[in-house]
Amino acid sequence: MSSLHNFLFIGLPYMAGIIFLAGTIHRFRAASYKISSLSSQFLETKQLFWGSVPFHIGLGVVFLGHLLAFLFPNTLLAWNSYPLRLIILEVTGFAFALCFLFGLVMLLIRRVINERIRAVTTWMDIVIELLLLYQVLFGCTIALKYRWGSSWFASDMAPYLWSLLKLNPNIEAVKAMPGMIQAHVAVAFLILLIFPFTRLVHFLVTPFHYLFRPYQKVIWNWDRKTINNSESGWTKHQPKNT
Amino acid sequence: MDIRAQVSMVFHLDKCIGCHTCSIACKNIWTDRKGAEYMWWNNVETKPGTGYPTQWEDQGIYKGGWEKKKGKIVLRGAGKKKGLLNIFHNPHMPTIDDYYEPFTYKYLNLIESPEKDIQPTARPVSLITGKPIDIKMGPNWDDDLSGTPDFARQDPNLKNLTAAEAEAMFQLEKMALYYLPRICNHCLNPACVASCPSGAIYKRGEDGVVLINQDVCRAWRMCVTACPYKKSYYNWNSGKSEKCILCYPRIEAGLAPACMHSCVGRIRYLGVILYDAERILQTASADEHHLVEAQLEALVDPYDPEIMESAKANGIADSTLKAAQDSPAYKFVKVWGLALPLHPEYRTLPMLFYVPPLLPVMASVTQTRDEEQKKKLHPISKVWDDKWLYDTSTEEIWGTIDEARFPLKYLASLFSAGDEAQVKTRLKKLMAVRMYRRYKTVGDISEQRALEALKETGLTPEDADGIYYLTSLAKFDDRFVIPASHREQALEMLDFAGDIKGSTGFGTKKIPERGL
Repeated sequence: MSSLHNFLFIGLPYMAGIIFLAGTIHRFRAASYKISSLSSQFLETKQLFWGSVPFHIGLGVVFLGHLLAFLFPNTLLAWNSYPLRLIILEVTGFAFALCFLFGLVMLLIRRVINERIRAVTTWMDIVIELLLLYQVLFGCTIALKYRWGSSWFASDMAPYLWSLLKLNPNIEAVKAMPGMIQAHVAVAFLILLIFPFTRLVHFLVTPFHYLFRPYQKVIWNWDRKTINNSESGWTKHQPKNT
Repeated sequence: MDIRAQVSMVFHLDKCIGCHTCSIACKNIWTDRKGAEYMWWNNVETKPGTGYPTQWEDQGIYKGGWEKKKGKIVLRGAGKKKGLLNIFHNPHMPTIDDYYEPFTYKYLNLIESPEKDIQPTARPVSLITGKPIDIKMGPNWDDDLSGTPDFARQDPNLKNLTAAEAEAMFQLEKMALYYLPRICNHCLNPACVASCPSGAIYKRGEDGVVLINQDVCRAWRMCVTACPYKKSYYNWNSGKSEKCILCYPRIEAGLAPACMHSCVGRIRYLGVILYDAERILQTASADEHHLVEAQLEALVDPYDPEIMESAKANGIADSTLKAAQDSPAYKFVKVWGLALPLHPEYRTLPMLFYVPPLLPVMASVTQTRDEEQKKKLHPISKVWDDKWLYDTSTEEIWGTIDEARFPLKYLASLFSAGDEAQVKTRLKKLMAVRMYRRYKTVGDISEQRALEALKETGLTPEDADGIYYLTSLAKFDDRFVIPASHREQALEMLDFAGDIKGSTGFGTKKIPERGL
């Protein structure tokens, strides 16, 4: 068992992290044309609404919840010290997880029954959707079966993840977890590993920068302020927005 | 003052015969690919009609372009707030059924079929799924179908007309149609650029061509909604948006864009127009009935010494300045005031201008007195009760514009945000030039009358000669005055030459494959 644990909770996370980083950088540098949300709304729009919106909102909140619990475990434990607050947090999280599950199932059904969507489906789309389905089903079951997740995640899982980050892995806590939680954690690393090779990469190009740019964009291939000035020398000019 | 150069276009609608040669030239070069089959960067519509995609002019459905709210212009269906909130599902995005499902025929069935009692058929199959389909729509589905209930009467421009006026348009005797060829307008205030969350769409500073960087596009698909002309298309296969690039590789090489080069009726003109970029926002925010005037005011005189100096300081090449001075587009739009932008009320400041069609308005309809004639008819012959007569008598040579078969209101809804006076002045000018030429060539109109007609519209005989030359005789180099691209200053417009040495093609080196 120990060697399997070592692989799943030490080997796999490091491998996943390295492949995620290298793969993402490679994809951005060599194949940025292939980074796209690959929206299929143009082929089918009505069913997409009931899939895409709950899926993205649910996934977003659930992911953010895990991320914040990892980043600020002590704040979370302090928040959870009042039972009412704990229950509000757990119920909210669970509601968004159900939202995520509902959206994902709708998307899967749409992908299977709609001929046009099938025409733009790759095998990787199916792989990633099934992995996410597995992950959200296990996540929901864990939330119901092993209460209260937000507290034990902060006290036991966050230190484990931090120990990975600090290159001093301590897997005692995760080793003692029930098998279902271990499976949830292992698949999370697996998703991280294949992330750069799936359509999930569009998560990394979420266009928040849109909020901070002027509406219009003009790009000059030469420096328009010096081009007609005979006294300025010829310089290589990167096209830029002015 | 911030003077910039725009490669601008003029389409002379009187000369368009609706042959679609332009569309085919464009398709063969640019959109004959998987995912792009349904795209027609250049398309020709029959007006009145619903167009492509169906009813694209109805912004109540598609929410394209800008609208003025509390004195400021905002994107109608996109923008920072609406765009990001609707990013998971864009409620205003057209789907492929609003264009048409691309199809082909199984021609191989005809060749490979074994001998049978019945003829083999080539069934239509979808180019998306590969399955047999019933074709419900196609490119130019409503070609020449003016007057039909499904198409012409659904034209969004009829909403400004009273029911009686619209009905009168469709009486058999009055029915008329003309063609509206459309490409990307390469706007000065492009809504597609403003709506792109990724910042993939930009206007090229040197010539104003609006382009989508395919490496940066992430399929947030807001440009499809934002462009009121529906000239940004989503490639369902590659997951990228694409649009007319004004054949910039051809323009950079000094060639006319494919649609213009191939135009049989020679209706298309291309040339540089200088404009003041500082006035864009102010112009786009003008009151609706001043939009056309405001846009024309923002286009500046390339002979004005002050403008020329400012243009040079702004990096505009001398050769481009010369091109602006010789530009046929500038002449049609500014000097002669003959051309109008399409749907200026979308406030994108489109830089493709149209000379409105005179032909449908030339013949007029008069009341007839045919009681005596009818008495002479045989008793069994059919007698019509209506008293319309499609009058082409030459007493007046041309009927008056006000009694035209096409209500001015209809043309004004297309070309001047409803301002009938703008359309009327242009039609009058076109008419005056014809009278002047009639005096010159046929001679049945007196010189005095021809000159009076010109004077009334503010044209001189020299102008009339110029209009006549550019309309009827113009050679290739008169119609297309293409500015040099000055590659010596920017070796490759897309990439540094060193990067692509030894590679083929221009710009991108990658095969446009769909990502995982």
